[in-house]
Amino acid sequence: MDKMPKWADIVLIPVISLLLAAFFSSLVILAIGESPVEAFKLMVDGALMRSAGWGYTLYYATNFMFTGLAVAVAFHARLFNIGGEGQAMIAGLGVALVCLYIPWPHWSLAILGASVGAALFGALWALIPAYLQARRGSHIVITTIMFNFIAAALLNYVLVELLRPVGAMDPASAKFPAGTHLPTFQDMFSTESSKMFRGAPANVTFFLALAACVFVWLLIWRTRLGYEIRAFGQSETAAKYAGISPVRITVIAMLISGALAGMMAVNTTMGESERLILNATEGAGFIGIAVALMGRNHPLGVCVAAILFGFLYQGGAELALWTNIPRELIVVIQALVILFTGALDNMVREPIEKLFIAMRRRNA
Amino acid sequence: MTAPAIELKGISKAFGPVQANKDISISVQPGTIHGIIGENGAGKSTLMSILYGFYKADAGEIFIKGQKTQIPDSQHAIKAGIGMVFQHFKLVENFTVLENIILGAEDGAMLTTSLGKARKELKHLADEYGLNVDPDAVIENLSVGHQQRVEILKALYRKAEILILDEPTGVLTPAEADQLFRILDRLREEGKTIILITHKLREIMDTTDTVSVMRRGEMTATVKTSETSPEELAELMVGRKVLLRVDKVPATPGKTVLDVKGLRVVDEKGVERVKGIDLTVRAGEILGIAGVAGNGQSELLEVLGGFADGTGVITMNGTEIPLTGQGADGRARRDAGISHVPEDRQREGLIMEYSAWENTVFGYHRDKDHQSGILMDNAGIQAEAQEKMDRFDVRPPNPKLAAKNFSGGNQQKIVLAREIERNPDLLLIGQPTRGVDIGAIEFIHQQVVNLRDQGKAILLVSVELDEIMSLSDRIAVMFDGHIMGERDPAQTNERELGLLMAGITDTSAVTNGASEEALNDG
Amino acid sequence: MEFLDIVQLLDTSIRLGTPLLFACLAGLFSERSGVVDIGLEGKMLIAAFFSAAAAFYTGNAWLGLLAGIAASMVLAVIHGLASITFRGNQLISGVAINFLAAGMTVLVAQSWFKQGGRTPPLTGNGRFGNVELPFAIGPTEAEAAGRPLSQMIGEAGPIQQLYSELISGHSILVYLGVLAVVATWWILFRTRFGLRLRAVGENPAAVDTAGVSVIQLRYAAVLICGVLCGLAGAYMATSLQAGFVKDMTAGRGFIALAALIFAKWRPVYAMWACLLFGFFQALETRPDLIEAVIGMKVQIQLLGALPYILTVVILAGFIGKAIPPKASAEPYIKER
Repeated sequence: MDKMPKWADIVLIPVISLLLAAFFSSLVILAIGESPVEAFKLMVDGALMRSAGWGYTLYYATNFMFTGLAVAVAFHARLFNIGGEGQAMIAGLGVALVCLYIPWPHWSLAILGASVGAALFGALWALIPAYLQARRGSHIVITTIMFNFIAAALLNYVLVELLRPVGAMDPASAKFPAGTHLPTFQDMFSTESSKMFRGAPANVTFFLALAACVFVWLLIWRTRLGYEIRAFGQSETAAKYAGISPVRITVIAMLISGALAGMMAVNTTMGESERLILNATEGAGFIGIAVALMGRNHPLGVCVAAILFGFLYQGGAELALWTNIPRELIVVIQALVILFTGALDNMVREPIEKLFIAMRRRNA
Repeated sequence: MTAPAIELKGISKAFGPVQANKDISISVQPGTIHGIIGENGAGKSTLMSILYGFYKADAGEIFIKGQKTQIPDSQHAIKAGIGMVFQHFKLVENFTVLENIILGAEDGAMLTTSLGKARKELKHLADEYGLNVDPDAVIENLSVGHQQRVEILKALYRKAEILILDEPTGVLTPAEADQLFRILDRLREEGKTIILITHKLREIMDTTDTVSVMRRGEMTATVKTSETSPEELAELMVGRKVLLRVDKVPATPGKTVLDVKGLRVVDEKGVERVKGIDLTVRAGEILGIAGVAGNGQSELLEVLGGFADGTGVITMNGTEIPLTGQGADGRARRDAGISHVPEDRQREGLIMEYSAWENTVFGYHRDKDHQSGILMDNAGIQAEAQEKMDRFDVRPPNPKLAAKNFSGGNQQKIVLAREIERNPDLLLIGQPTRGVDIGAIEFIHQQVVNLRDQGKAILLVSVELDEIMSLSDRIAVMFDGHIMGERDPAQTNERELGLLMAGITDTSAVTNGASEEALNDG
Repeated sequence: MEFLDIVQLLDTSIRLGTPLLFACLAGLFSERSGVVDIGLEGKMLIAAFFSAAAAFYTGNAWLGLLAGIAASMVLAVIHGLASITFRGNQLISGVAINFLAAGMTVLVAQSWFKQGGRTPPLTGNGRFGNVELPFAIGPTEAEAAGRPLSQMIGEAGPIQQLYSELISGHSILVYLGVLAVVATWWILFRTRFGLRLRAVGENPAAVDTAGVSVIQLRYAAVLICGVLCGLAGAYMATSLQAGFVKDMTAGRGFIALAALIFAKWRPVYAMWACLLFGFFQALETRPDLIEAVIGMKVQIQLLGALPYILTVVILAGFIGKAIPPKASAEPYIKER
């Protein structure tokens, strides 16, 4: 028998882990002489009580959905893709090239082109670590970490030496042409009488992220490829027995993962900054790890966790604006979430499992 | 009478709902070899793990030389003079013999002095017990038999008075096993107490002074070996008369289905495991491959099943099939009409986390009839799974339950249902009843024979000689990557097969008067 | 390019290689015991902050060092809890620790010093001074002679240049680093603890059945790792630089990890690997030298990526094969 009901596994444990993370975050806030209650109120006010706040929350959530899905897909194949950050960086380059060098008549076509560029470049950056893991046994965690640094160096080089317009100081590309401007939530939902999502960067890419969630769900649980990815993730020996090629699955899962991570560049580079800048990813690739862990590698969970982290991000920015708490509080919270939902999973899980077994025994 | 070397009183141990040991008591006299026999899963290893401090018993007491002793961990077991040779050796592979021997029993904080002392002591032990091993050899370069000696030396170096050996011959050739038993005799002469855990009746009859039988976590009997017989022990082990023969009519072999010529397999470490073998399997017959584990049978199955590479020529229904590259994977083999019940259902045949229904298409999940559009036809697969599980009497008959939640026998039935229902031309089946309860064994054997009677070709690999002898229409024996010979089960016996399994082809001395001995070896 | 340029470049390599070396040896202890640690970076960072903060408040670099080590060990204990006691995913734990350090250092720095996530600059005894070996030309000699140090060194003979620039004049921690290499080698290959440590990283079951506690051994390794990361971080903030700035380790923990792979988990190789990667970092500070030697401009950004690229090449097995300890990243669960 399973040790506990499914709902406990997918809801109860993440919630408890989250509460633990919240508790320790509160301690940290207290320790630096601020009030956790006040801080939380400010975060809710800033992130959820105005449409503009939601516009930021959902903008960040869009990034985290993509990177969270990226980590989740790789996890299903028991691959830890820690390289979402680098893949998204290089994908930004793909987006920039597509936007700068192809004259797009309309944003709807441009977003398709940019998505292809982002997914392709992101996947490409995941390909080498994937290949090395599959063929040469080089540990993918180490290689993807290394590729994050290589990506940063490469992007720096490209921006400073190749894409920077003549005479410009910033290491950034030229502004993208108007034809690539994506409709923001403000463009889409404002009416004559009331402006909604004023100034917020959330844009149409958000719906692309939701679509990606559905796509990943279908892929993992409804297709042969997903069946094979999960089978490989559970048991490599069994996969071989069934004629599932480990090399093929490793490479494909990582390509999909890299493509998904890359997709966030559509949101940041095309949707927000409208030019390629140096630090467009802002650590979203790493937040994907927290999001996937919290979301239990399920697209629905990833979606919810991504919005939660979007809220934290926007709330954290508000805190930094109005209090003495720097934005890095979010990094701490993110670390605690990864710690409790990921590394210390057994610490939370084992007592709960025992509780359920004891309850079952009493009922029996 | 002196105090027993070891006495266990009322030991009980449960893992969740499973009662692995129930109120077990035994008493072993010093200077004797005491056998503990029982089927896989009878609780033998659990009992010994308690004795060695790996598990804590829920209830019961342990007495060593009459003294009540607590053994919370291995350290205490070692202190109490207990040494254990595990089924899977606990050696550091890239360390030398000497380093492995002193590990945990070093003499002071500096290595040099410890190593010097150990070298002398090792020489002494080698002379005393005939346990010769090069102290500077690296473990991974040693043969399995020598690695086992290092394990025994480790225990003796720690001054063990009581030595427990868990299934020590599972990985040994018969010759190596004989050597081991000679060493054990020597140890007994020197006054050591030995507990031998095995499921092989022959070893018990040949070497032990007393024997305890375990069944489903309980100790069913303890008897003097000289006062019992293999038949009696077998009956005690399984709880009723064992059915040694399967009901089947003589085979009527048809055309050749599988033809193997000059097959060679090199494993990942570069060691040649199959060294050029030829064999054929015809429609409507069962070819049994006998042999001690690790003599290339597994690799043979892996190549035929398409998950290891090999060289040579293999034809299936007259068509050559590739042995490396793209067309040589498990899928291609299934397309060629080969089904495969692998040796290790938990690591190969099933995805333990997958539900039963998902497992019923494992390996066949790309078949057209399991698709609807670009998606998998999950509803259809579930319905089919329910039918298959009913037909193969899988319990509980719930397709949504994860494979890990079924018993060994029922897991095997799920694999068997999947592979047999495909109506293959050739069925590869490895260790079909390993870890399977007796009721399921009969069912599984019957299914295999039925398939043969439908005119299918079957290649059976098993380390259980009984199983090979009762199911096969022809028997081939593998040793060290070679096929040593082929025998008709009606005209051979276990002695002869045993010699072949040890690599001795001159079996003329034992072929006469074979049938009685086969019975004795049970 | 003159001889003195080379000497100075090597001198910088040693200075920049030292934090890598401490972190690399830290990783060596941890990974040799079977606990993979990608949280070296975080432990260095938190040690850098707390050593700088303590050195600032007490005016004593040694007390700073102790504080740095203590902070690093707190994170080491968390990693131990996650990977040893609760048998969690060691990689995920490492990621969490890196973020924890990245966030906490800025948070606390802002709360204590209100300078945007940095400590005030350290002066006087708040920093580790440079050790002047006998007969070397150092600031003391320059002061006595009343001439600029650089001029005196420039006029000295090559042996004296080598001695004064390369061998003498480093922080005590640099010498400690070299000592740590020797000590690590000795512990690993000449002591009982080393034997057990190497064994537990290869086959924990062998250690367990030999009656030695796997958990204790691994905790010992993880704590040693904490101490060494503490040294690495403290060196960064109180010796190499004068104080803490946000994210000052800048990926050095990962370069150390790369060096560890490069060194195939061996202490003496680790030293050479760290010096090599320190050399790359030193080159980044002197692009003019490279240009002078190879006659063309080299991209500094790409130079910075060289350790990572080299590590990938090594990992891919194109130059030798890097085989980690067998039980790496696997929590030990008792099995029969």
